[in-house]
Amino acid sequence: MDDFKSGSNLEKVLKAGHFALTGECGPPRGANVAHLKEKFGHLKGMVDAVNLTDNQTAVVRLSSWAASAIMVQEGLEPNFQMVCRDRNRLAMQSDILGVYSLGVRNMLCLSGDHQKFGNHPQAKNVYDIDSMQLISLVRKMRDEGQFFNGEPIDESPKLFIGAAANPFAEPFDFRVYRLAKKIAAGADFIQTQCIYNMDRFRKFMSQAVDMGLTEKCFILAGVTPMKTVGMANYMAKSVPGMDVPESLIKRLKGAEKGKVAEEGIRFCLEQIEEFKTMKGVAGVHLMAIEWEHRVPEIAERAGLLPRPVMAAGLEVNK
Amino acid sequence: MIVADRKPLNEILDMVKRCNRILVVGCKGCVTVCNVGGLKEVQILATSLKIARKIGGFPLVVDEMVLERQCDTEYIAIIKETVTDYDAVVSMACGVGPQFLSEAYPEQKFYPAVNTTFFGGAVSHGIWEERCAGCGTCVIHYFDGLCPVARCSKSLLNGPCGGSDHGKCEISREVDCIWDKIVRKKVEQGRLDDLLDVVPAKNWQSARDGGPRRSRREELIQNG
Repeated sequence: MDDFKSGSNLEKVLKAGHFALTGECGPPRGANVAHLKEKFGHLKGMVDAVNLTDNQTAVVRLSSWAASAIMVQEGLEPNFQMVCRDRNRLAMQSDILGVYSLGVRNMLCLSGDHQKFGNHPQAKNVYDIDSMQLISLVRKMRDEGQFFNGEPIDESPKLFIGAAANPFAEPFDFRVYRLAKKIAAGADFIQTQCIYNMDRFRKFMSQAVDMGLTEKCFILAGVTPMKTVGMANYMAKSVPGMDVPESLIKRLKGAEKGKVAEEGIRFCLEQIEEFKTMKGVAGVHLMAIEWEHRVPEIAERAGLLPRPVMAAGLEVNK
Repeated sequence: MIVADRKPLNEILDMVKRCNRILVVGCKGCVTVCNVGGLKEVQILATSLKIARKIGGFPLVVDEMVLERQCDTEYIAIIKETVTDYDAVVSMACGVGPQFLSEAYPEQKFYPAVNTTFFGGAVSHGIWEERCAGCGTCVIHYFDGLCPVARCSKSLLNGPCGGSDHGKCEISREVDCIWDKIVRKKVEQGRLDDLLDVVPAKNWQSARDGGPRRSRREELIQNG
């Protein structure tokens, strides 16, 4: 992993061997750019890159590419998310070229939540290709300088390719193989689903290490601090593929009145501390949902500040 | 088979609201097998329409007939002499039936009495499930006879996605995650390796995405 594939800050941080920290930001349900910029302000200098979600939970929001472009203007590094639900391969390639031309250098390839969950359940979904094929599409555009159909691209998009992994969804035994497939398809980095069941995650990581996957790809452990007991219960019961152990819910319930959020942050900080030394974990993906203003505090208390400043202008491997 | 559901009576009543005399035509094909458009269902619909219209003070004359198949011009020809005796014809066949009828008899109006839903079969008495999406290029041999195109909510060829939960799909507790079944079957048979290669993107040209489809069988054309 010596040459830079994209030259993104995230790629440089990871390849320099730093423990990476990425954040997440959901674009607004409207065109309130001022509010979006305010959220960016909380994250600036606190993380190495910020995921811009793509109509997450199938609810219409300001587009992830536009939010990514605004983020570039604001001096932060976006991790542009793209789901397979809303675009066919034409729109995907067009948007990939578009975001690259606007300065985006990281991209996360996802299947996307089914539209049934969202605010337009009447919509027709696309799923022309799946997330695995999207990863290979981006790699083909970058490394072979070709469109999906094999035609040459005059200037190819150099993107650092990300994918998601959910170590907790069923069938459990297959999850590490699915991770291996994503890496084989071309993923440079992985951001995992929110981790609460540490035992299961340790097992998943140990399998990934044994299979040599962590030498081919950077794995960022996903965390979301629990704000309330209600949030923990909701995630435990209503979010498919989420594994929230009863012991965590008990711990939050046991917190003093008004201190549940602090207990949630403490659990998160304990997790991060363990990830720092867990074999194969290259960083943390902090998804502080509508809690961007707490990210500086969490990053500080986790001992992850200041973030490394990487030299600009390094030549991208052509 | 092609599976269908009867439309609500009010919707059919609305279609025929200006008619005095109609013909309800069933089909002995798929819709008879899935209990939606055969002889019995034709009788029930005809009776229901007559009663509803009688109550409404605007009686309706309803004749009944069941064709061998409505997707075959040979059987459609049977109603040639009588088709114009009615203000409209209500077809209880799948969506193919009223279209074949419309093309054969352009002077008549044809209304659908059923919503055509999917290609599938009965999994237990009274419950039918989808099995095929008619994508035009069958790939189920890669997945041990289980089709992710039709049965995965996202048609993933490299599943399962992160929403697979206790063998069920993220969209509903009533929908099986087909990828969970595929993986379990491969594991049980010791052939998980089959799933380790990335399945390339599907060519959708043979599906509806390539436009309305047509099947040509040269040997039959020449012999016909």
